Amino acid sequence: MGGSLWLEWKIALRFLLDNYLQTLLILVGITVGCAVIVFITALVTGLQSNVIARTLGTQAHIRMLPPDEVNRVLPAPPGVLALDLENPRPQRLRSIGNWQAVRDVLDRQPEILAVSPMVSGPAMGRRGVARASVALLGIDPVRYLRVVPVADELIAGRFEIGAGHAVIGKKLAEDLGLELGDKLRLDAGEGREAVVDVAGIFELGVRELDARHVYLDLKQAQTLLDLPGAVTVIDTTVADIFAAEDLAVRLARLTGLKAESWMATNGELLNALRSQTMTTQMIRVFVGLSVAFGIASVLAVSVVQRTREIGILRAMGSPRGQILRVFLLQGGLLGLLGSGVGGGLAWLLVQAFNRFGARLFEILVEPTLIPGAMAVATLTGVLAAAVPARRAARYDPAVAIRYV
Amino acid sequence: MSESEEVLRLAGVCKVYNPGTPQETEVLHGIDLRLARGELSALIGPSGSGKSTLLNLIGLLDSPSAGELYLLGRPTRELDDAARTRLRNEAIGFVFQFHHLIPAFSVLDNVLMPLMIRHGKPGAEDIERARGLLAEVGLEGFAAKKATELSGGQQQRVAIARALVTHPALLLADEPTGNLDTRTAENVFELFRRFNAQFGCAVLVVTHDPRLAAGCPRTVELVDGWIVGGADRASGSP
Repeated sequence: MGGSLWLEWKIALRFLLDNYLQTLLILVGITVGCAVIVFITALVTGLQSNVIARTLGTQAHIRMLPPDEVNRVLPAPPGVLALDLENPRPQRLRSIGNWQAVRDVLDRQPEILAVSPMVSGPAMGRRGVARASVALLGIDPVRYLRVVPVADELIAGRFEIGAGHAVIGKKLAEDLGLELGDKLRLDAGEGREAVVDVAGIFELGVRELDARHVYLDLKQAQTLLDLPGAVTVIDTTVADIFAAEDLAVRLARLTGLKAESWMATNGELLNALRSQTMTTQMIRVFVGLSVAFGIASVLAVSVVQRTREIGILRAMGSPRGQILRVFLLQGGLLGLLGSGVGGGLAWLLVQAFNRFGARLFEILVEPTLIPGAMAVATLTGVLAAAVPARRAARYDPAVAIRYV
Repeated sequence: MSESEEVLRLAGVCKVYNPGTPQETEVLHGIDLRLARGELSALIGPSGSGKSTLLNLIGLLDSPSAGELYLLGRPTRELDDAARTRLRNEAIGFVFQFHHLIPAFSVLDNVLMPLMIRHGKPGAEDIERARGLLAEVGLEGFAAKKATELSGGQQQRVAIARALVTHPALLLADEPTGNLDTRTAENVFELFRRFNAQFGCAVLVVTHDPRLAAGCPRTVELVDGWIVGGADRASGSP
């Protein structure tokens, strides 16, 4: 009797409109539920991508370091029981062996976007009587700026490090009372000293970096740290940031170096992000469940209210499947309508947040979010309607028609 | 009466409720009954005599425990729910005591409902037929009104139009005048007589009202699940 759902649509819409107060109430419920789900998803996605962007904006995704020095113990001759007392070796500043070759190997990895060899070590910064401990970073500026775009964060001067120039952090400049063009004396110990001009001052927004980092030319830093021709770290950025740990393991095997991914060094952050994602997921599931039960209970009531009408339709020759579809459609329609309005509401909330909120970060609603939520809500509505719809379809028409 | 004219035949139809339990009750005991095309019959009997059960069986809303029920010559006892449902739509029109219109729909949509169930969106011809029937029952001006805006008698007339819109072979009416005043009841019953003559369908009216029963050419009386009068003139049994 008819392949089209014309009558099913007509009856479903009539039933919903006829009981408009009930329909309106459940629609408000679905709308609020969907708005909460969409808004919280957009908020957390925005927050997380912001946190990740900030964290990774100031550090390499994977750092390649020389392997730790370990004690080598001679094996005891056979038949002798050796008891070893071992002290851990001090980890002196060492070069990565054959680092040019390692750099070239890393350059050829398709997953790696940028490679920056660097020599890095401790020193004392002095100006007059003021002293501060600093970290010397001897870099190749073209390569380094592709890993950490410090040049974008300059608040004064230029990013220029050749010929006795240095770029320092804002906090260090404040601590030592330095301005552009001022001289900074760097003392790396054992009589190795240099005086550099402050060519630029940056502010990365991370206190530790702003107070300690001093960018120098690679050659000058190598001399100061007494590591001629050496680099101590190779920084890289990768295409897929969440694959960094797997890639680090692979690179460590490939190069024989120690490879630290941002995920390993920021375990706490990653943990926080994961628990945040899990919390959001739970909120979504529970709000979704309550919406589903709301739809189911309203339709269950509606099926009872419509008992006699279902009986009449069945007596007039309406097949069980038709009755089933009428109620499934109502569930789907409620889900679709409620989520459409809810999605719109969430979008407005996001706009309001971006315009009037604390402006800590911007939330972007991904284009798939609202259509996706509507699809899920429609499906949820149909599924929620399944139990009441089956009940309606199984009514005995002879009994249902006499239901008062 | 020839086979082609036979709309309905019941052969030894029994109905047992709750079979195999202590509450087992046999409501109908071997009913034999024939209805011919164009026949107008009244089914009478006291409360509890099994009238409603019999009507449910004839209307294919329920199936007999024993015996066979032939509708338009087809045996129906073994049919599954889907086939019985289709046969209901094709061959049977129902009129119930409480008219049973669908309140959410307009009067016209209510009349069209059996056709919409059959083939979806109604065509111009369907709408014309429904409007024609509404005119026949004197309600042509009420097509767009909600069913609930009509009086009881008017609603019952809409229900009759709805039952006839598919041109069924068999029209079943269960106490169609039960909750109407005498004059309205007369009018409604008059419609049955008229449509019976006009469309030539077999009409079976269940009624308590002896005056209405007297207006029918044939009366079937049911007492305690047995037919005691007018059962089957063709076969000559009492």
